[in-house]
Amino acid sequence: MTVTDTWYLVLAALLFGIGGVGVLVRRNPLVMFMCIELMLNAANLTFVTFARALDDVGGQVVVFFVLVVAAAEVVVGLGIIVSILRRRPDATADDLNVLAG
Amino acid sequence: MELAVFLVAAAFVLVGALGVVLSRNPVHSALMLVLTLFGIAVLFVQLEAGFLAAVQVIVYAGAIVVLFLFVIMLLGVDRIEGLARDPLVAQRPAAVVVMGAVVAGILVGVDAFSSSQGAPSMTGSLSGAGSNVEKLAEVIFTRQLFAFEATSALLVIAVVGAVVLSRRGDADSVDDGAVGDDGDQAVPPAPRGVR
Repeated sequence: MTVTDTWYLVLAALLFGIGGVGVLVRRNPLVMFMCIELMLNAANLTFVTFARALDDVGGQVVVFFVLVVAAAEVVVGLGIIVSILRRRPDATADDLNVLAG
Repeated sequence: MELAVFLVAAAFVLVGALGVVLSRNPVHSALMLVLTLFGIAVLFVQLEAGFLAAVQVIVYAGAIVVLFLFVIMLLGVDRIEGLARDPLVAQRPAAVVVMGAVVAGILVGVDAFSSSQGAPSMTGSLSGAGSNVEKLAEVIFTRQLFAFEATSALLVIAVVGAVVLSRRGDADSVDDGAVGDDGDQAVPPAPRGVR
């Protein structure tokens, strides 16, 4: 039984789904952030799978840039979370409603 | 052999992902995230992306998760989150249904992939002579040079932004974390940048 590209794509889809459920369900902003990382990794796995399927190095280059942008995103996002949670240590995503009309 | 490696790595990925979502303690979530990221790195190796596997371990598992753990410990938010109560009625079933529909749509697309493929080796061949790093570098430093420089600017901006965000500011403009009893009030607007 050989491992085809479809297996990787299905695994990436499942990983994306789990991460999406986590973002929708969890209320701790840090855990929501981790679930976003899960979704990014699922997309990365898809890119690398297609890079091999199409014999194209472009897919891996895209993953390289995604890694860089994810690192920058984590830095800024954690900075925002730190500045919020320093004022209100028990804030959840539901409490951050200052922009609600 | 490939099947065994795939199954073990896939099990790591899925167990770690479920652990991130289901763990009540954020520290456990971060450690489960490491499991998932290592599993993805193993799959990268199997998909002939050795450089990305190394970067995955160094940057993600090494730096980003450590950053997460650092913030969790710094803020002391590593207490148990009450998963039993559901503030929004039927939010969890709705979330599962919505993401299940999204995954089903993706799987339909995966099924269609077997019959429709793009043009191979548009950017460059992955299987020719030379190492994986050489091929990646050739594309990054020629075709994608502008994007590469833009990411360096992005990193500088992110670092400066993080410093500005986490700066304490003056003593009179920032209450030194003494808040905590007025949990239901809205966050007061940040009184910085007025001068």
